[in-house]
Amino acid sequence: MKISREEVLRVAELAHLELSEAEVAKYLTQLDSILEYAAKLNSLDTSNVEPMTQVVAGLTSAHGDLNPTFREDVVVPCDISREVLERAPDAAPPYFRVPKVIER
Amino acid sequence: MVAESTEKFERWTIGAIRDALIAKRVSARELAEDYFARIARENPKLNAFLALSPERAFAQAARVDAMVASGEVLPALAGVPIAIKDVISTHGVTTTCGSHILENYVPAYDATAVALLESAGAVMLGKTNCDEFAMGSSNENSAYGPVHNPVALDRVPGGSSGGSAAAVAAGLAVAALGTDTGGSIRQPGGFCGIPALMPTYGRVSRYGLIALASSLDRIGPFTTTVRDAAEVMNVISGRDLNDATSADTEVPDYTAALGESVEGLRIGIPREYFGPGMDPAVRHNIEVGIGALEKLGCKTVELDMPHTGYAIAVYYILMTAEASSNLARFDGVRYGPRDVGDGTLMGMYRATRGHKFGDEVKRRIVLGTYVLSAGYYDAYYRKAQQVRALITRDFEDAFKKVDLIVTPTSPAPAFKLGEKTDDPLAMYLADIYTVTGNLSGMTAISVPCGLTPEGLPVGLQIFGPHFGEARVLQLAHAFEQTTNVN
Repeated sequence: MKISREEVLRVAELAHLELSEAEVAKYLTQLDSILEYAAKLNSLDTSNVEPMTQVVAGLTSAHGDLNPTFREDVVVPCDISREVLERAPDAAPPYFRVPKVIER
Repeated sequence: MVAESTEKFERWTIGAIRDALIAKRVSARELAEDYFARIARENPKLNAFLALSPERAFAQAARVDAMVASGEVLPALAGVPIAIKDVISTHGVTTTCGSHILENYVPAYDATAVALLESAGAVMLGKTNCDEFAMGSSNENSAYGPVHNPVALDRVPGGSSGGSAAAVAAGLAVAALGTDTGGSIRQPGGFCGIPALMPTYGRVSRYGLIALASSLDRIGPFTTTVRDAAEVMNVISGRDLNDATSADTEVPDYTAALGESVEGLRIGIPREYFGPGMDPAVRHNIEVGIGALEKLGCKTVELDMPHTGYAIAVYYILMTAEASSNLARFDGVRYGPRDVGDGTLMGMYRATRGHKFGDEVKRRIVLGTYVLSAGYYDAYYRKAQQVRALITRDFEDAFKKVDLIVTPTSPAPAFKLGEKTDDPLAMYLADIYTVTGNLSGMTAISVPCGLTPEGLPVGLQIFGPHFGEARVLQLAHAFEQTTNVN
């Protein structure tokens, strides 16, 4: 087995995901077969290969190398907060309301 | 012969609509009314649309009709009825991502691609069904029920953009936007028998796209002709300051090269895409298709792309890792329904996510969190990023020798509903010929390549290099003309 029941439970905890007993059992089997399949990558020697972390950085075009340009970092109005809060599950504008996390 | 299919409607192209509007043979309002009537008749069979936006459509149609009346020059997509995949944000129109966790979510802004289409005069009819958060290859992972393939109603339309593909193929929209993370535009385009383009990474802004995997996701068009795909690309391509990954590369007129000779184009045929596991009818049609390209004067060149066989493994590590991170924002705080759970904040997160996400989404979050977790990061995530570099290098090497690469879009035609739902890995392998394009950032189109003896469409895939859409569309258009003749 590539993955254990304890690991599925630990990962579900990390991901804030409530899983039923049936789901834990099912995912354990399915993830094990997917990870077994993924193990085929180990047959490749990649010791001299840089991991590809950016798609845009490597892009080249007919016009030469592409250098991503960024906009000026200036604050511009984004006046949608009222609309966003109106549709939130629970809001007390300008805040979203959640269960209490600090006792005093 | 195939099972029951949908009614056949008059097919409008973008050019035909423009001509008819100018000649006042039809108004934008009449067109919108006609398409809503088609949807009312056919959508109960297809389940392609999740929400309709008639108010917005008729307001836009009125603007277009006023322009016609005043004799103004019409914008590129004036009066064209379009549909938008439900993972793309639309201001004031419900955007569910095919998930219960966003069942009541109404965005407060438009995606850039949608805003651009509407600025060009397009009339948005509504939002299309898809696999939940675009996770799937059959549209069976939608929380709102599967979409049926209009060609054969007992079959899947492909996924994840199944609703967009089915809507256009059934004549319920002239064009639609889909998204492609591992094949989700091209594969349903192939299954439903229409052109479907995945642009280069960075070509089309993704602002307002609810992300699955940010290093792989693209927005692109479904249309009934390659020319229409080029017309839509002219409108949605380009730099967007709201998307730092959008490229500052010139946008050519994608219709300019359509109809130009393709004689002398070098077409790569990679051996790895023609191995065992391909349906014999698909193989036959693709071989006939390649023969047609040779008759057009293209030179075919056999290629080796040796890392192709690792692509699915790389894809399911990187995509799930990115998805687990992107989907962390759905926690019942800011949007969607909330499940209070045990009353604590953590309990609310866990209950909302555990109860409102569907099966495939949870499976991918668990896998993605696992491959990113301490102790496994190097073995899975870093390793996959290294092999991703090798897959990309295969494409870069290939494009030193050839102009374009031709393969099947999928190893088999549309399968029956329910046929693969119990085996996630078998479903994942349906993307075997498409994921390489996402991993490498390349562009690719699926174009119809005849029918199987059962009457099911086959898709031929044409890959182009980064920002090579014009060439891809040129060849796809030339190929389309030959298949129309037959």
